[in-house]
Amino acid sequence: MSSPSVLFDAPGPRARRLSLILSVVAAVVILAGAGWLVVILATPRESGGVTLPGMFDASRWEALGLSRFWQIVGAGVAATLSAAAVAAVGALALGVVISLLRSSSIAAVRIPTAWVVEFLRGMPVLLMMLFILLIASTGAFWAVVIALVLYNGTLIGEALRAGLVALPRGQREAALSLGMRDFQSKRLVEFPQAFRQMLPIIVAQLVVLLKDTSLGYIVGYHELIRTTMNQLSSALGNRYLFTLFVVALVIYLAINLTLSWFARWLARRTAGGARPRRRGAATTSPDQAILEMTTAPEPHERNER
Amino acid sequence: MDQYLGLWPTFGQGFVMTLLLLVSSGVLALVLGTLIAAMRISPVASLRVFAATWVEIARNTPLTLVFFFCAFVLPFLGLRWAFLPLAVVALTYYTSPFVAEALRSGINGVPVGQAEAARSVGLGFGQTVALVVLPQAFRMTIPPLINVFIALTKNTSVAGGFFVIELFAATRGLANENGNMVIPILLTTAALYLVITVPLGLFAGRLENRLAVRR
Repeated sequence: MSSPSVLFDAPGPRARRLSLILSVVAAVVILAGAGWLVVILATPRESGGVTLPGMFDASRWEALGLSRFWQIVGAGVAATLSAAAVAAVGALALGVVISLLRSSSIAAVRIPTAWVVEFLRGMPVLLMMLFILLIASTGAFWAVVIALVLYNGTLIGEALRAGLVALPRGQREAALSLGMRDFQSKRLVEFPQAFRQMLPIIVAQLVVLLKDTSLGYIVGYHELIRTTMNQLSSALGNRYLFTLFVVALVIYLAINLTLSWFARWLARRTAGGARPRRRGAATTSPDQAILEMTTAPEPHERNER
Repeated sequence: MDQYLGLWPTFGQGFVMTLLLLVSSGVLALVLGTLIAAMRISPVASLRVFAATWVEIARNTPLTLVFFFCAFVLPFLGLRWAFLPLAVVALTYYTSPFVAEALRSGINGVPVGQAEAARSVGLGFGQTVALVVLPQAFRMTIPPLINVFIALTKNTSVAGGFFVIELFAATRGLANENGNMVIPILLTTAALYLVITVPLGLFAGRLENRLAVRR
């Protein structure tokens, strides 16, 4: 269903009034909840006989005026982004390789790849980071990057494979009948189309990758959370904990929301482009597409039509 | 060998804790996610906006940051809970938007004609949703929901970084104490996670083939 409006009548005056009243009531309840939170946060608290200022008191926020503060936060952002960038490049490359190996016509290549993919996909990224850290002793940066490359690379590989499988069979047949070899057809005809088709999913996966760099906090990589929460809060004192949390949250949301919107924009552009969707249910968001993609239909199912 | 077998009680405890986290936050996330999805399709505009905002923000916050909030900021603000319930809160919050989106995509996957037909035979909003749309949406929703729970299984490992001794934290402790057998320890843990995630994945695939509504 494209819009929920089918579910109920075009509201008449009474229903419209009711809906408006409910809407206002719900808005008031939500705002009251938010207001209650703000009041709780703003109330000064007693601790060991000392009254501490509320969370919105100026004394809890004055460090934001220091340029040194923003330098350190900037270093954290740079560390997060550099790990994400290196891992993204690696994951894309690995994804391409995996999708080609998994759709290979040689069973001895295809089946072991499937096992490796299954293994990497079922394991927590955090465990992979620990694995690499302890066994290869690479240092935190490379542990984070390699684990993210392996994990997201397999997922991107699966997305690309689903894209290859979803192509109309005629594409490959046409390429082969022009005299292209198997690999040429993949490289020159099928792959570029699959990549374009799956681009929104890939970008959404890159958002996941960026979010997951924060796991570096646990294995000791000095990314955004570790620099703000540990380094700055021990330097500035505990009273900035809430402030630092807000700063980290805002930075993450700004980066991730921008990327998510970009992914959605891409999805809309690709969906409106060359080929109409063959399945009735248009995927609404790239994240959802990721969920669906992990149980992507097998070839026989797609080729039914 | 004896040394390795001696580690198993710790693995067992960690595994049980992981399962506990998985089940409790899974059930809570299902409830919360259903509520959010219901708000998302409701006729009341302000609830729709609230649900959309919730999904957008919760989905774009790193899980580590959510855990940080629950494990450090909440106690700092005066909430004195044990770390286990706080971890459940974090996982529930983080998983709820994914559940909501899976449900919503299931509802969106039901062709408009179904709802139109239900409406035209005179069913109201509640009846249309409860009797016609949801039963069909539900079957399309199960495979993506299982995928959400697979992701949740893997995400419980983050709790290990925040004072909950589940499988990941247990592994880290064991690996530090038994430097001579790091590789067997890590492989065991990987196998224990795969024991949960792989059957779930196979189950989802099987269900999808069985339940797919052929139209």
